[in-house]
Amino acid sequence: MKDIRLMKGNEAIAEGVIRAGCDGYFGYPITPQSEVLEYLMANNPEERTGMVVLQAESEIASIHMVYGGAAAGKRVMTSSSSPGISLMQEGISFMAGTELPCLLLNVVRGGPGLGTIQPSQSDYFQAVKGGGHGDYKMIVLAPASVQEMYDFAKLGFELAFKHRIQVMVLSDGAIGQMMEKVELDDQLPRLTDAEIVKKYPWATTGKTPDRPRNIITSLDLNPVKQEIINQNLQKKFRHIEQTEVRFERFMCDDAEYLFVAYGSSARVCQKAVLLGRAKGLKVGLLRPITLFPFPVDELARLAKQVKGMQAIEMSAGQMVEDVRLSVNGVVPVEHYGRLGGIIPAPDEVLHVLEQNFIHSKKEKQYEPATY
Amino acid sequence: MSQLLTREEICVPENEVYHRTCLLTDAALSYCPGCGHGTAHRLIMEVIEEMNLQADTIGVAPVGCSVLAYDFMDIDMQQAAHGRAPAVATGIKRLYPDKFVFTYQGDGDLAAIGTGETLHACNRGENITIFFVNNGIYGMTGGQMAPTTLPGMKTATSPFGRDVTTMGYPLKITELLAMLPGTYYVTRQSVHTPANVRKAKKAIEKAVQYQKLKKGLCFVEIVSNCNSGWKMTPLESNKWMEENMFPVYPLGDIKVPKP
Amino acid sequence: MTEEIIIAGFGGQGVLSMGKILAYSGMMQNKEVSWFPSYGPEMRGGTANVTVIISDERISSPILNKFDTAIILNQQSMDKFENSVKEGGLLIYDPNGIVRHPVRTDINIYTIEASDEASKLGLAKIFNMFVLGGYLSIKPLIDAEYIHKGLEKSLPLRRHNLIPENEKAIARGKEIVHAVHVLN
Repeated sequence: MKDIRLMKGNEAIAEGVIRAGCDGYFGYPITPQSEVLEYLMANNPEERTGMVVLQAESEIASIHMVYGGAAAGKRVMTSSSSPGISLMQEGISFMAGTELPCLLLNVVRGGPGLGTIQPSQSDYFQAVKGGGHGDYKMIVLAPASVQEMYDFAKLGFELAFKHRIQVMVLSDGAIGQMMEKVELDDQLPRLTDAEIVKKYPWATTGKTPDRPRNIITSLDLNPVKQEIINQNLQKKFRHIEQTEVRFERFMCDDAEYLFVAYGSSARVCQKAVLLGRAKGLKVGLLRPITLFPFPVDELARLAKQVKGMQAIEMSAGQMVEDVRLSVNGVVPVEHYGRLGGIIPAPDEVLHVLEQNFIHSKKEKQYEPATY
Repeated sequence: MSQLLTREEICVPENEVYHRTCLLTDAALSYCPGCGHGTAHRLIMEVIEEMNLQADTIGVAPVGCSVLAYDFMDIDMQQAAHGRAPAVATGIKRLYPDKFVFTYQGDGDLAAIGTGETLHACNRGENITIFFVNNGIYGMTGGQMAPTTLPGMKTATSPFGRDVTTMGYPLKITELLAMLPGTYYVTRQSVHTPANVRKAKKAIEKAVQYQKLKKGLCFVEIVSNCNSGWKMTPLESNKWMEENMFPVYPLGDIKVPKP
Repeated sequence: MTEEIIIAGFGGQGVLSMGKILAYSGMMQNKEVSWFPSYGPEMRGGTANVTVIISDERISSPILNKFDTAIILNQQSMDKFENSVKEGGLLIYDPNGIVRHPVRTDINIYTIEASDEASKLGLAKIFNMFVLGGYLSIKPLIDAEYIHKGLEKSLPLRRHNLIPENEKAIARGKEIVHAVHVLN
């Protein structure tokens, strides 16, 4: 019988990592993601799989504990929300420089600064364009449901080890806090230390006579060598762009107008598509699931089909830049966003799309609902 | 008329009084001649060799003069961000509780930028060993003031001497850490004379042994000279260290296990 | 069938847990469900609200600004959500503490004096279950056996002894709901 539960997004990913055979979680509380650490502490991963869970003294310490574990070949992760993720950028950059696999969860809240604890998507640039210092990318997965919060735990670790890269699950307060049905998988076993030695020959597991010592470092003071290191990193990112793009098409086949949105905004747009279809409008939704790599080709293809694209984000316009780069001027691309923790409503975003592409511009502009 | 002995005839086990540990690589040390880092590296590697721990050791290198410690130590090592070595070591040790995990850090790394990570790793009683080389100055970046710089001491960023009213006091972090219930063995040593080298090695042996026995965090400070940063000859610097550093940072065990 | 509900009141009135029991019960009856709370400082004494959706189909947006049903438990929530009820929709409220009553004529309006009744019976702590009963009497979306299963799922094991009391409150709630304005 299927194990189906009603869970918060934050709880679902916590259960997901236990079942994906995660070895260690290191984190620090922050709203709206504290349920991850709370759930892990309450649900005995140590007894169930031997997974280690530790509340660190800060987000900085958390990410460097992740670094230490990852450099020794373990499946490790941390989670936080926007201000905490900013603190972690040093460690993430070091992991990029050393090509260490890990899973990171950002349950995004509004910024800048302390901002708000309400949901937001204003960390897109930070997640997708690099975030810390240096030329690097992470794979960024954007869950739009509690089920995906769960699923992306396992997928995240798979991708992280497949490419030796950091995988960030870019969620938001809405997905983290809401409850939906989740179907759980069976427990995957954790790798044994012997299996790690065999599978990950680069890991610092203790130098044995049969191999030279393993060193995990991002330092090389020789510019010629450092350039080669960087070129190899870029090669890997290009390969990921070719092979790991994920997206969902919702009523796109005959669409004349397209919403482009990810995460909870995509859920809002999904409803807006239904509202639009009920009015006889041929509206569709393209939902990027991977934000890096971005579904560039799919959007370029859709650009030849639709009359306009409406990006919807809880930001001042971040993902829309990638949409515009993808369609390269072939169709108009408009941005609409709500800021500061406000989630746009389905009829609100439909109205915006209609105003921008269907009705005459002379008509009265939609006044966003106040909350 | 005695015949000259050949190399093979001299190099026999019964003649051996000293050998260079096989856990130091052949790479030439990048430290300034006269610096204590080389000796500290050697002692740690000797102990790991003698206790047969190479295959079980994961070391963490800091940022600072010893950033390239992994070039010289023939063990698996990770290079940590500035100050974060105790957090990195925590991550390793929690996931490999039976490995020998140590950090090797300087004063800027451990007592300035990494104070939080140091204090909390000690307070959690992480079963790791921290080697702390304190020379009162930032050597690698060119001789700037460290948290452990003495009052009045001239550095690149305290060119008229450390003024404690605006720059704070030398941080006696080792005494501070010894107060935490999470630390098991806390000691301060030096490596500037053969007698001190022998004492320091004994302290390192204890610190490694206690980790094997899962006793909690062991902390070995090595007060060292920085002849380049202090702008002295090696001999002058050792004398200056004895006269000026040791009164502020007295040598000896600070916290020993209760019998 | 898709039912989109907002439940709103003070933190501590059991707004979130009522929504949770509803969502669990719907799930036990094999429906698609979502539960989206307001969160943060509100949880600790201010106003709290939760959006619950129960549907036979995949749920699109868990976040809404128009609802089939609004269950209103204080004045601020009345002010905020009266106009969010869809035309022809349902508004149920406890008149206790309400000074400005709803005025819309294009929706169905019911009252339930749940807080009074709950205090009378010494069940003030589960006042929210009276409200839930009132709601279910008007919109019987979920069968009693699944409400029972929902209670089992959402209450921790050590609280299962309270299930009969909760069910009693739900049953009583069904009897004390009054129509104020009903559309033909």
